[in-house]
This record gives sequence, structure tokens and C-alpha cells, in this order.
Amino acid sequence: MTNSDSVKPPLIAIGAASAVVSNDAAGLLRRYIFSSDPKIVGLQYFFLALAAALVGILLSLLMRIHIIWPTAKIFGIGIAPESYLALVTMHATFMVFFVLTLAPQNAFGNYFLPLQIGAQRMAFPGLNMASFWLAFLSFLIMLAAFFVEGGAPISGWTHYAPLSAVPGAGPGQGLGLDLWLVSIAIFCVGSGIAAVNFIVTTVRFRAPGMTWMRLPLPCWAWFVTAFLILSAFSVLLAAAAMLFMDRHFGSSFFEPSGLVIAGQLVRHQGGSPLLWQHLFWFFGHPEVYIAILPGMGITSHLLSTFARRPVFGYRAMVYATIAIGVLGFGIWGHHMFTSGMNPHAAFAFSNLTLAIGVPSAVKTFNWLGTLWGGRLRFTTPMLFSIGFVSLFITGGLTGPILAQPTLDTYLHDTYFVVAHLHLIMGMAAVFAIFAATYFWFPRIFSRTMSEKLGRIHFWFTFLGAYATFVPMHLLGMAGHPRRYAQLTEVNYVHKLLPLQIFISIAAFVTMAAQILFLINLFWSIFRGNRSNPNLWEATTLEWEPLPAGAEVQRGAYEFGGNHNGKDFVPQAGLISRENKDEVGRKT
Amino acid sequence: MRWGEKPRGAALPDSVREEREPRLRGGGTNDRFPSGDFGGGDDSGSNEDGRLSYRDRLMRFRLGVGLGMISILMLFVALSSAYLIRQHSMVMTGHGNGVVHWQKLHLPPLLIFNTVLLLISSVTIEMARRRLVQRALLAPLADIPGIRQERLRTLPWLVLTLTLGIGFLAGQVIAWKSLQPQSAFAAGDASSSFFYLLTGAHAIHLSVGLLALFFALFSDLFSWRLETRCLVVDVTSWYWHFMAVLWIYIYGIMRFSS
Repeated sequence: MTNSDSVKPPLIAIGAASAVVSNDAAGLLRRYIFSSDPKIVGLQYFFLALAAALVGILLSLLMRIHIIWPTAKIFGIGIAPESYLALVTMHATFMVFFVLTLAPQNAFGNYFLPLQIGAQRMAFPGLNMASFWLAFLSFLIMLAAFFVEGGAPISGWTHYAPLSAVPGAGPGQGLGLDLWLVSIAIFCVGSGIAAVNFIVTTVRFRAPGMTWMRLPLPCWAWFVTAFLILSAFSVLLAAAAMLFMDRHFGSSFFEPSGLVIAGQLVRHQGGSPLLWQHLFWFFGHPEVYIAILPGMGITSHLLSTFARRPVFGYRAMVYATIAIGVLGFGIWGHHMFTSGMNPHAAFAFSNLTLAIGVPSAVKTFNWLGTLWGGRLRFTTPMLFSIGFVSLFITGGLTGPILAQPTLDTYLHDTYFVVAHLHLIMGMAAVFAIFAATYFWFPRIFSRTMSEKLGRIHFWFTFLGAYATFVPMHLLGMAGHPRRYAQLTEVNYVHKLLPLQIFISIAAFVTMAAQILFLINLFWSIFRGNRSNPNLWEATTLEWEPLPAGAEVQRGAYEFGGNHNGKDFVPQAGLISRENKDEVGRKT
Repeated sequence: MRWGEKPRGAALPDSVREEREPRLRGGGTNDRFPSGDFGGGDDSGSNEDGRLSYRDRLMRFRLGVGLGMISILMLFVALSSAYLIRQHSMVMTGHGNGVVHWQKLHLPPLLIFNTVLLLISSVTIEMARRRLVQRALLAPLADIPGIRQERLRTLPWLVLTLTLGIGFLAGQVIAWKSLQPQSAFAAGDASSSFFYLLTGAHAIHLSVGLLALFFALFSDLFSWRLETRCLVVDVTSWYWHFMAVLWIYIYGIMRFSS
């Protein structure tokens, strides 16, 4: 690719303009399917994540129906208790791996990291393409788990040993779980490759003058997240390999002696089920930050753009991102407080967990500081970004509660945890994905999404998210355990049924609202209004590329003031002799 | 050039003049803006013919392989810490006393021989790398009439490395087989499961290195430029050394932790 590409309108012109591109079938295949162009790869990731999200939503729909109406038959098919567990497992798997890991990092990162840092290419385009196709393969294998004998695995996305290591432990624990493990192993390799590509691109391919402290914040987030992916997914791969060996080669890493499962004495001996938990959560907790860090970066970026103010405390934001990434590796034990852990270890994990509240609070205050006194433009992406901050605070507040072993002992494995993780990891990250979609859509497709539909979508989703997950805290405090297929007959849980019905209805409405998003997305791709270049008046290089031969002389967030009638200076803007005094204004 | 000096971009004739030292905050050199005084990275780094300069490509590949090593290292850190934890984990029996299910595995002495093979191969690949760098360095001299370049052969060193690498793998297979009666493959005691897991994972990663060596050996078939060959051999040698160090780490843990 040459430098001049950046000046042209976006390459992707699906719809009316698609006639321009090559009609040659092989050419099309190389351009749109097996393409190593990061823009195409990014879009492929986006649509893969979208497909996974639809599967995940469908599964949660079935779960919510089953919870309030266990005997319901959908198209004549009832949901068996073990099928409910399969739904839980696969919902989490699709959402955590294929949506929250792929969409914010690989989808938007691939498309916009090279553009934002002024690079014209990724470091390893071929590997980048390979990483997507590995993810795609992994997705197909994961889907296949539904259709094999026994169906999808039922041991939850965490697959706690020893039940996960014994194929006879239940339906889906045979071939279904094998497919799960193979799929995730492939996913680990693909993600690792993508992460290497991101880091090398950021380190080596920044435009001249794009110093580290001039990087837009999403780039920082993608950079740090790539390191997390690189380290965490290797550990998951190791754990998956060990579990696979236990299942098929007769080793006893995770199975204790004398285990009787389904009436059969398991011949393993001496293994430690806790070892699996340690390995899994050493991956599993950084995974939370893999999901949320890019969302934080995107939110910082959007809040600044639509509040027309520089990011409050840019450096603090960068250091907080790094701090969260580093601390994220030291706190996996807080998932295991009830596992009979040494109280001293629990104390250490608890304190480290509470410590991660500090950089999180720094970020939250800086977001509020960015908004404070800004001339806010309440566009759809801005609404979703504010929604992110709101959900992050709400979900975050229950973090310190669960981080304390004494409180966690009571709340562990109840709906309280479900509510916490869905608000902070699920909903907040999804809001960042929505915000990024609405924000960057015009840059990708040269058309705009409908603002009206976008607002309706926002309000339904925002209120729906709260209506769904806030009552879950109450369920948890009342002692309602999670992951059980049918508790409506249990006395104290039965009294909570009205609340469950309310949650289900709220969830149905929220899910239905997503149809608006899909309509808006696909309608706008083909029929949306033509957008102006840089319609949001954003500063960064994806909207206004660096002129050939120029170097970056500014930070990423120069908002405010009056510059020829505009209240911002693009990052590509050069500092001329006349306004040299501007130099001092660098953010 | 002294032995052991790293191949610089300056090694290659067409990029000699444009090469500059990387700046602290920056992402590398930039040939296109030789007079600019900036601290950033470079979006193109290309020479006039649109290719990246050798130095940029080298740094890019080295960084990529280095990051890959972090990832692999984390994998082995996970496996080896599981090894150490499992070795000491005590299981409570019904009678309130603890039992450790762990029989020390008697490692086959062949492993020492394998280790030596791998270490020698590390030396030979380093020889191959340095030879290739020298060849690249002296390439411009070949154009001067009257100067005959001494043939510096890389190939034998690469072949030797490949042979040693395959020898190491073959040795590992023999070692696995020799443990069979003692351990019944992975299904035996945890110590033997871990033995197969660790050595197997290492063997898989080493095979990737062997594959890269194959590519480097047959690079003539793909009509790679000397520059590309230098690159491939350079990053393969880094990876190969890493494999040797990793093996020492694994072997040391299995041999000495008790």
C-alpha cells in the first residue's frame, strides 16, 4: 500500500459503489474474503462477533424462558435440565470469547489501530489474516458442539475439574467438551498471533512524530490488551492441553483418587481439581480486562470527542491502563475464595483486588473530569459512552463487595455474581462496542447510521440492562444460586419467582431492542445517508490522515478554542509559523 | 566486522546511507525523511522501490518472534508451575492423614545426550547466522573487479543444525519409548504424565523451528533474496536458542526439583 491510499475515501464501499471494484471472482475473493488488509480483517472480525452475539442472545433467551417457565415447550421441544446447563455454558463461551474478546480488540483494533497511529499497514498482514481464519475455524468447531452426540458441554464455561475431565459425567461431556477444548485451543493460537501483530505494529509502525504520549487512547488500550492476550491465552492453552490429556490419555492432573462419577469409580488418582481452577482463573481474570480495556480506551476517546474537551489526565489514563493490565494478573484467586483457600492467600488476593479499584477509579474520575464543563453533543455514540461509564460504576461498585472473602462466602455462586459480571464485563463492554460501531460506522461505510433509531436503541438497551441486572443483585442477596436449571419448586426460591419474571421480561425487551440495531446497521450499510468526512469533528488520524511527508506534531485530543471557526485541531494539523504559540497548548 | 557483531541495516548496500539509530521515543528509523527531527515511528520505512528497509524488517521480525517467545514462555511457566504444585500437593485420606501421590521418575540417561545435541545445534545455527551476515556484508565487494569473494558457506551449518535438531527429536522419541515400561505412557504416575506433557510441548515447539530451518535451507527454491534469507536465519536462530534455553529449564525442573 502506498501513502496516497489514506487520502482516498474508505476502501470499503459495499452497496452502490461496489461495482467499482474488480469483477474478477478470484480478485473479489482475495479482496473481501482471504484478504490481509487490516480493514477487511477488522470487518470480518466484527461480523463474526456479531454472529456469535446473536447465537449468545438466542441462548440467553432460551435460558430466561426456562428459568421462569421450566416446563415450557418451544416448537414442541422442552428444555431438559442438562440442556439448560449446556445453554449456560455456550452462552458464556460465545459471549466471552467470540464477542467480548474479538469485537473490541480484534475488530475495531484491526480497522483503526493502523489508521490512528498513521501506519499504512500492519506488521504481519499474512499472520493477521491467519488469525482471523483460526478464530473463524474455532467458531465453527464451537457451533459443531451443539450437533454432536450428547450436545454441547454442560460444565459451565469454566469447566471445573473433576467433572469436566470425565466424559461420562453427563451428556455433552464427551465429544461436545472435546470440541470445546479443541475450539478454544485454536482460538488461543489465533488470538496470540493477532496480539503479536498488534504490538509490533504499534511499536514499529507509528507515523513519524507519533510519540507514545501522543497516541490516541484506544491505541494504548489495544496495546496493553495485546500483552494480556499474549500472556493469558497461553495459560489457557496449557490448561486445555492438560484437561485433554486427562480425558484421553489417562493422566491425572486434575482428578483426585477414589472419585465415583455416575456410579463408576474413576481410575485416576492423586490429581488436584484446584490446580485446574488456578490455571483457569490465571487466564480467566485477565480475560475480564481483555474484554473491558479496549472499551475503556474507546470510551475515553469518544467522551473527549463529544464533550469537545481534551481527555482529562491523559497520562493518568495511560498509566491506569497499564496498572490495570499488570494488577489483573495478580488477582485470579478472588474467584476461588470458597475453595478452601488458605486465609492468608485469600487476604492477599482480596487486597490486590481492592487495589485494582484505584486505577479504575482514576479512569472513572477522569471520564467525569472530561465531561465536566464540556459542551456535550448527545449523539448516539456519546450516549453509549456515557452509558458505559454509568454501567462501569454500577457494576464496579459491587466489585469491592465480592472482593472480600467474608462477603464472598455468602454471595459466591449466587445471582449477585451474575449481576456483577454482566454489568461490568458484559454490558459495559457491549456498550463500548455499540458506541464504537455508531462512531466509526461513517468512517467504514461512508454512510451514517440513523440517529433516531440509535437513540431509541440506546434508551431501550440502557434501561433494559439496568432492569435486567439490578434485580439480580436482590436475587443474589436473597440467596438464589446460579447455574441451576429448575428451582421454581424450592420454597425460598419460589418466592423470588415474580422478580425472575420481571427480569425475564426486561431481558426480552432488551433483546428485542437489538433488532433495531441490526436493522439500523444493515439498512445504513446500503441505504444510509452519505456522510461528510469527519462528521463528528474528531481529531485523530483516521478522520484526517497525515499529509504525505508530514509528521505528527500534536497530541490526539486538541479540543477547545477557536481555530478558523472550528473548536478542534486535527492531529494531522501542522504547527505553522504564525500560530507557533499554539505549541504550548499541547495536551 | 568482528564476529558476533549484530547484523545492522548498514550491512546491506542499498540502505547504508539512510540508516539512522532509532530514537528513544520512536518506533524506528525512517528513510523517507532523512532531515526530519522527529521522535516517532515510521509508517512506511520503505526504500524507493516500496519495500521496507532491511533493518526495519529485521527489527519487525525479531520483535514478532520475541513476543511469540513471551507467549511460549508463559505456556511453559504455566505447565512447570503446575508440575511443582502437583509434586507437593497432598491429598487427605479418609483417616485424616495426607498422602502425596508422586513417584519420582527416573529420567532416561539418554536425555543428557539429547541436551548436548541441542546445545551443539545452538552453536551451529549461530555459525550459520554469522556466516550469512558476513556474506551479506561482503556482497558489495563482489562487484569490484579483481576482488574475489571468499566463499562463505552457510549451507553446511544449516544442514548440521537441522540434522542435530532431528537427532534431538529422535532421541526424545527413544526416551519416551524407554520410559514406557516404567510409566505406561501418560496414564501412569503424575510425574510421568508431566514428563510427556513437558517434553511433548517442547518437541512441538521445536518442530516449528525445524520447519523454519527447512524453509531457510530450501530458500533457493523460493528464490528468496539474500536479505530475506538473512532474516529467516536470524529469527530462526533466536528461536532456536530460545528452544535450547527452554529445554534446559524443563530438564532442570524435572531433574532437580524434589
